[in-house]
Amino acid sequence: MRALVAMSGGVDSSVAAALMKEQGWEVMGVTMKLWQGPGGEAPTAGCCTVSDAEDARRVAARLDIPYYVWDYTEEFMSGVVGGFIDDYLTGRTPNPCVECNRTIKFSRLLAHADALDYHVVVTGHYARVTSDGGRYRLWRGVDPDKDQSYVLSMLGQDQLARLCFPVGDLTKDQTRSVADRLGLRTARKPDSQDICFVGQGNYREFLAGQGVAPTQGPIIHQDGRLLGVHHGITNFTIGQRRGLGVAVGEPLYVNDIDPDAGVVTVGNRSDLAVDEVTVEDMSWVDRPVAGSLLAQYRAHGRAVPSEVSLEDGVAIVRFAESQEALARGQTLALYLDEEVVGGGIIRTTA
Amino acid sequence: MFGPGRGTIPTMLYLDHAASSPLRPEAWAAMEPFRLDVYGNPSGSHAISRRAKNALEDCRDLVASLINADPKEIVFTGGGSEADNLAIKGRAFAEGRRGAIITSPTEHDAVLMSAEHCSSFGSVVTYAKVTADGLVDPAEVASHVAADTAVVSIMMGNNETGVRLPVEEVVAGVKAAHPAAIVHTDAVQGYVSERVDVDALGVDLLSLAAHKFGGPKGVGLLYVRSGTPLAPLVHGGGQELGRRSGTHNVMAVVGMAAAMAALEEERDAFRTRVMGERDAFESTLNELMPDLVVTGAGAPRMVQTSHVRIPRVRNEMLLVRLDRAGLAASAASACQSGAATVSHVLEAMGMSPALARECLRFSFGWSTAEGEGARAARLVAGEAGALR
Repeated sequence: MRALVAMSGGVDSSVAAALMKEQGWEVMGVTMKLWQGPGGEAPTAGCCTVSDAEDARRVAARLDIPYYVWDYTEEFMSGVVGGFIDDYLTGRTPNPCVECNRTIKFSRLLAHADALDYHVVVTGHYARVTSDGGRYRLWRGVDPDKDQSYVLSMLGQDQLARLCFPVGDLTKDQTRSVADRLGLRTARKPDSQDICFVGQGNYREFLAGQGVAPTQGPIIHQDGRLLGVHHGITNFTIGQRRGLGVAVGEPLYVNDIDPDAGVVTVGNRSDLAVDEVTVEDMSWVDRPVAGSLLAQYRAHGRAVPSEVSLEDGVAIVRFAESQEALARGQTLALYLDEEVVGGGIIRTTA
Repeated sequence: MFGPGRGTIPTMLYLDHAASSPLRPEAWAAMEPFRLDVYGNPSGSHAISRRAKNALEDCRDLVASLINADPKEIVFTGGGSEADNLAIKGRAFAEGRRGAIITSPTEHDAVLMSAEHCSSFGSVVTYAKVTADGLVDPAEVASHVAADTAVVSIMMGNNETGVRLPVEEVVAGVKAAHPAAIVHTDAVQGYVSERVDVDALGVDLLSLAAHKFGGPKGVGLLYVRSGTPLAPLVHGGGQELGRRSGTHNVMAVVGMAAAMAALEEERDAFRTRVMGERDAFESTLNELMPDLVVTGAGAPRMVQTSHVRIPRVRNEMLLVRLDRAGLAASAASACQSGAATVSHVLEAMGMSPALARECLRFSFGWSTAEGEGARAARLVAGEAGALR
């Protein structure tokens, strides 16, 4: 049986490849080149650097598996980066990692694995897949600090049938000790933190670099007062407190962005409270589920009790307790205890 | 500790000679004594040094005679890229100037990036237009030449597509308009299949890389016509008449000279054999895949290269299948990380990125055996078919 391992050059996917090899799979390593600078140059920081690919290549050599770098920069630019920019322009808060998983890793890469007769695609995500009477189930990784099931919540049966997440059964420390035991050079490599294409700069600089021209507009208080002028709605995300450029003697938070009018509305912390969200583009691991579920709306956030009802493919999620600073565009994942049941994109908050 | 990897050495059908050719046995036979026995620095004065110096100068005499040059016109370099860099930057910056550069967008990156570097210091770079078949118009190239032109650089044969450019006509056109203008050609690929006579070509500068024709990697040469001012890139001990400092890699130079001699020895047979296999590859593949498109089909092509587009087959995927099936080929254009990129050459020829991603290069060489062309074609057709 053949396994294609998506190797980023980090320790998790290095160990994933090693574990598959130990289990007797015929393993191939692939680094997906997703991003390059405007002149085609490889990034020097963040993910997808030449040095990351080099680490992956050296690990693959150590494991004695074939290794390739495949170029997905065009798909990534049009699908993920384009969506990222659009989201900011329309006052939403994007989650590019989810989008990359959805449009590239678990669609394009899976299709390419198929074309090459690879039975499964393997990644270094901290999540678990089990099969139960021919149905596949998706669970949180055993390490609560590293769990990445949130960014996988858009996966369905067809994809899960062909995916393996071998480090989902390990804690990060255990992953590192496997890498140590096998002498992999990535054993002590720090985790990547940044959005790969934004790198160490901030997303505002990135947007400016992509030619997103800021348009001025008013900053208005919830109570109707005009507080000042902003230099582009893309500088703001819901819940933002710093860098508002207005001072009225009390802490203020962005609680609404109107892209059409170009208006940023701020208010007190209490104005950020959200009791209910509608979630579109719902994807279900197995079948639609409603009722009492746990909802998680940030990659490393807490899952909170909620009551879910379904209407015309839209999930209405009512939180048991008010939540703060939910933004349109964010992914919301639904869990039944430790099990992922589905996920979608927040469209409205109330 | 420095092993090439575990497992057995793959026995592959090797059709990536344009990337690098295996070392010719004649080259290794000449190099072998230098492993331990000829270790002196050729710039020294004692008997040990003299042995190295003599070998070096014998090589210079030999390679000069093979391309109809004077030995003093040969500058040994650390490969083809360095030779191209020296030609472009060395000319642009010669005599304290920031001279203008005329080239074309299908040149090797060693030329293009050098030109871009010079441009950041004030050199004006002009790019001649390229046709859909990858050719330049000699008259157009000549029309760009002016009194401040430091160098015109047009390659002999394209490393990706295998298209043979009209260098002779470019030289004639340029020199007719401006007799003092200096013309460089990157003959790294062209020399593999064609004898080079620098006077017949008429060029002033010409780059070669040993490993493309069965010499070792990391060594090449720049032919510099006598009386051509050139600023060095590497300053230091003044080797190569001040044009390239640094202690010589004598063993590598010996390997290059021996490989050149071996190539010239079998020049006609090489052309016949390699072209036969290349043509058999293309005709067999075309029979099996009638929608095959040969790049540069309307232009003269070097005999050793087949650059083809297989519609609806992504080149990265086919390369993996071919690798697994034991055939080494290439997408011809790769980034530092090794990913196939959309080639600047195909882009300049007007090909869309989507079509460029369906292109592969198969390149034949001195070790290509009879029947390999047709065998490779059947293999490619089978693997490409599986991807459709």
